[in-house]
Parts: sequence; C-alpha cells; structure tokens
Amino acid sequence: MKEPILSVRNLTKRFGGLTAVNNVSWDVYPGEVVGLLGDNGAGKSTLIKCISGVYHAEEGEILFRGKTVTFPRPIDARRQGIETIYQDLALANNLDVGANIFLGREVKKRYLGGLIKTLDDAHMLEESRKTLESLHIQFPTFTQPIENLSGGQRQAVAIARAVYWDAKVMIMDEPTNNLGVPEQKKVLELIRRLRDSGVPVILITHILPDVFAVTDRVTVMRRGRTVAEKVTTETNTEELVQYMVGARDDTRPVGQALQREVPLPH
Amino acid sequence: MADTAKANLEVAGSSGKTSRSRELVYRLSRLWAWFFLGVMVLFFVVAVPIYNGGSVNFLTVRNSQNILVAITPVLLLGLGQTFVIITAGIDLSVGWVMSLASVLSALAIRESFNAGAPLFLSVIAGFLAGALGAGAIGFANGTIIAKLKVPAFIVTLGSSFIVRGLSLLWSENTTVIGLPAGIRAYGNESLFYLIRGEGGGFYFFAPPAVTGDMLRRMDRILPYPVVITAVAVAIAIFLLRRTQFGRHTYAIGGNVEAARRAGIPVDWRIIQIYTLSAATAGIGGFISTLQYTAGSAVIGDPLLLASIAGVIIGGVSLAGGAGTVVGTIIGSLIIAVLTTGLVELNVDAFWQFIVVGAVVIIAVLIDQSRDIIVGRVREGS
Repeated sequence: MKEPILSVRNLTKRFGGLTAVNNVSWDVYPGEVVGLLGDNGAGKSTLIKCISGVYHAEEGEILFRGKTVTFPRPIDARRQGIETIYQDLALANNLDVGANIFLGREVKKRYLGGLIKTLDDAHMLEESRKTLESLHIQFPTFTQPIENLSGGQRQAVAIARAVYWDAKVMIMDEPTNNLGVPEQKKVLELIRRLRDSGVPVILITHILPDVFAVTDRVTVMRRGRTVAEKVTTETNTEELVQYMVGARDDTRPVGQALQREVPLPH
Repeated sequence: MADTAKANLEVAGSSGKTSRSRELVYRLSRLWAWFFLGVMVLFFVVAVPIYNGGSVNFLTVRNSQNILVAITPVLLLGLGQTFVIITAGIDLSVGWVMSLASVLSALAIRESFNAGAPLFLSVIAGFLAGALGAGAIGFANGTIIAKLKVPAFIVTLGSSFIVRGLSLLWSENTTVIGLPAGIRAYGNESLFYLIRGEGGGFYFFAPPAVTGDMLRRMDRILPYPVVITAVAVAIAIFLLRRTQFGRHTYAIGGNVEAARRAGIPVDWRIIQIYTLSAATAGIGGFISTLQYTAGSAVIGDPLLLASIAGVIIGGVSLAGGAGTVVGTIIGSLIIAVLTTGLVELNVDAFWQFIVVGAVVIIAVLIDQSRDIIVGRVREGS
C-alpha cells in the first residue's frame, strides 16, 4: 500500500454548539481521484476548508506528505502545494489568461539594476500557453479578458493556474456546477488528466454521475461524519444514495442506522 | 501566429466564434469616444468659420494650445481618478486637494524665496510642497478606506471638507500673493514659439524679444504646464499598462476577493492608489500657482465634477475593472473641445453644462449597452 499524501486524523470542527466535522479520519493517496460526497450540510466543505487553511479544527491533526502541518491562512496551504479551486473560481474576469495564471505572482523584467520593473507579459503568456497545452486545453484567444470565455474555459484557467504553481493536491469544490453538459465533460476529462499526471484530486460533489465518471474512490459524509469509504467500481448509485440519506451507515451496526436524529441547522 | 489562433478557434467550436464576434463589438464600442471627438472637431471646424463669416478658424495653432492648457488641471485630476475608479472606488476630494496644494506650493515658494533660495530651487520646493502635501491627504484617505473599511465615497467626502478648511486656514482666507515675479515664466512660457507672417519664425525655449504686432502674431507651443502634464500622463500610462502596480489595480477592480486570495497586497495597493490620486491633483495645484503667480484656496473646487465626467466619458467603468489613461485623455479633450467650440460659436456659457451633462449620460448608456450586446455578466461586483 502506498503512503497517503494527505491525511486527517480525528478531526473535529465545531461552530458554537454545532459539530460540523465530527472526529473524521481520512486519507488521500497519490495519483487518485477521490470523491467527497454528501448532501448539503454534510460537512464536506467544512472538512475541505480545514485542510486548505480557511478554518481551523478544534481537535485532530492534518498530515501532509508524512508531516503534521498547520495552515494559519489559505496562502500557507497553497505555498505547500494544496490548491483549492473554488466554485466562484477566484479569477479576475477583466484580465486575460496569462494575467490570471500569474495573478499576484507576476513575472517582471528589471531595468536600471532593478530600479524600474515592468511586467514580462510575453513570458507569462508563453508559460500560460505551455501549461494549457500540456493539459490539452485550447482557447480561441489568450489576450482577451477571460469574461469572454465560457464557464468551462474559465474553470480550465483556474486549474491551469494550480498546475503551473505546482499543485501537490488539488481540491475542487463542485467544479461542474453551472456548466453545460459538453463543458462538464471537458472538466471531468481534465480531472482524469490531472490524475494521470500524478496530481491527486479531491472532488467535492453531490452529483453522483460525476463520481462514477472520474473517481477511483469515494467517501460519503453525513452530519459531520464519514459514513462510507468505497472503491468506486465496487459500489453503485443506489448504495451511495442510501449512505447520503442515512439509510446505511458503515460506522453503526445494521438496524440502528434509521434511528431518529436531530436535524442540524445549515 | 494568426494561423494558430484560427486553428484553435475552430477546435473551440461555436463558443470560440461567439467570442470573436463579441470581441469585435467590444473593440468597436471602445472606439466610440475617439469617433465622437473626431465628429465634434469636424463640426466646429466647419461651423465656427461659417458662424464668424470666415474670419475665425477653429483648428488653429493658438486654439489647440489653448485647449491643451485648459485641460491640464482637469486631466491631472482625472489621471489619479482613473486608477481609483478602476478599483471601483471614487475620490471626491481631488478638487479641494488641488486647492490645498496651490496654497501649500505658493507658501513654500514665497517662504523659501524670501529666505534666500534661488528661484529654481523655490519652484522645486513649491512642487514638493504641493505634491507631498496632497499625497499625505491621499495616504490618509487610502488608509481609512483600506484598513478601517469605510466606503471611499464617505471618506473622500469627509476629507474634502477637512482639506477645504485647512486651505482656507493656511491661506488666511485670501489669495496667497507676494510670490517672486520670476515664477510667471514657469507657468506661462513654453518650449517653442511661432511667429506667423512677416518677419516671423520658429523659436526654441526662450521667448523672442518682440512687441506690438509681432507679439500678437506669436503662438506659444507646448507651454510648460502642458509639458509637466504630459510627463505625468506618460508615467501614468506606464504604471497602469506595464507594471505590477497597474495589473493589481485592474485585478482589485475586477474581483477584489480573487485579488486577495491570489496574495495581492490589496490594502497597500489601495493606499498607494489614493495617494497617487491626491498627488496628481497636487501637481495640478502647483501648476495653477505658477500660472497665476498666486495660491488660491478655491482654484480646484469647480474642477472635481468635470474631471470625473472626463474619466467616465473616456470609458472608465464605475463598476471597476475597466478603463485606460488614454480614454481619460480623450474624455477630458471632449469636454475641453466642447467648451472652447461653444464659446467660439458664441453660445451662452450655461449651455456648456447642459451639453457636457448630456454627453456624460450618453457615455454611460453606450457603456451599458455594450455590456448587454456583448452579453457579459460581471461576477462579484
């Protein structure tokens, strides 16, 4: 068995009286796409935000490449190579592809011994083009504001940015939301390609067809706990739905799964 | 190069083609201000001689220089404002800051000259007092906006009252006079001189010693205020187009949350941008002191709205994220040409306001209809 690249051990995150993530232990291995499945309020986004440095867990620890890590801010997680692609993409739509990929990390040319620094747009454009080519992404234009691109193309820009900056783990939050069907397919294909290039992908979703389309493994969360860990080829839609709604639960004895639970506010 | 783009376009399919036709509409609609300026100039070139029975022409050397001098203060206020509005902010203090800078630079020139400094050094002292004094106000504005999260509209509205009070206090509610007469040349002489007609010629740097009829036939080409403004414009274009600072300015206006997540020092950039805005207004105040050989605590007050109008006509979006310095120049030129032309046509000065107001509204309408045609939806703003 390979060593996990990312692990969480007994992680708990509370918001006041609400336990959003409850004693979760979970592993991500190199070269896999792992789905994190669950209904709204299941705690999957909270778990991910604990990993990416947005939230800080009360209990438990995070191990990245075998070492315990803490990320005070999201930028600290990114510096170590944990890249999160948010639903709103975090792109500046008024800037072009190159400007977005290098946003905040612009490459500069120096003149007069560094007294005057200008943007090296040609270099940034070329690097962006190479990165997109390596991901087999083609664009009509690189030099127009990306607001002229489709949702899927912008998704590709966000992914290319993470790839260029050497992502070790890619977290994608509902990446096919708000996309047309052909665009969804392209994004899923991109996820497969990322895995093939060795970057593990955590796919947060509640869309079951996406899970079966790209994941190798799937973890189901419900009410803050992981209720199932499955190899994707060894499960089916019906079973996963049962886990999602609480009709099945691997962490409890059969028969007790349907006990009445107090609904959580979300 | 073009071939690759074409190939990719075909691969990208229908979405790619839409994006190219969108791009075309986008580019054409960006040019309307140039078009409008051209039509307006043509109109005055034809209308002014007809109105005057052929005795006066609109597009003369003298008139062109008058227009350039006239837009100098408006453009300087608009330069910094361009950066501010691109970040989706607003700086309402620039008019009053210009007045403050006029007073400060007049005081600095007078006091340093009276203390025995050579004229040139006094002028430098005046420049520094105007630009740095104004810059300090902008720094305070930016700090309150970025760190204390008070809306820019409120902060700059409040600070403009404070600045106005300071200007009146320091000028003792009167024009600051007693400046060395020599500074007049800095504010009014020019790089080149042209004397038309008999015995005329072209002169560089020093004004020819002429009087009477020949003086009336002499045109000043590129007066120093215009030269100073041109340098400021060139620096602003460079900053916005070619530097990381400019890139961050656009990013903040496009999606401030994305800018923050990308690690851009957003707060520091906002402080810098408001400092820049005030400093360019300060240079405007300094220039007015040179032009009038006096400091005035009210010189910039009426210019604020004209400068914002120029910026908006030039295509800077109040929603942030879009605009150029060149656009602001065109917008300011449109206002100046309109004003000058209407005067030549002997139209009542009050009509200028009505026409400029209409042009501002039309400019924004065109901007919006472009967004509808292009069909882009601005997220997060």
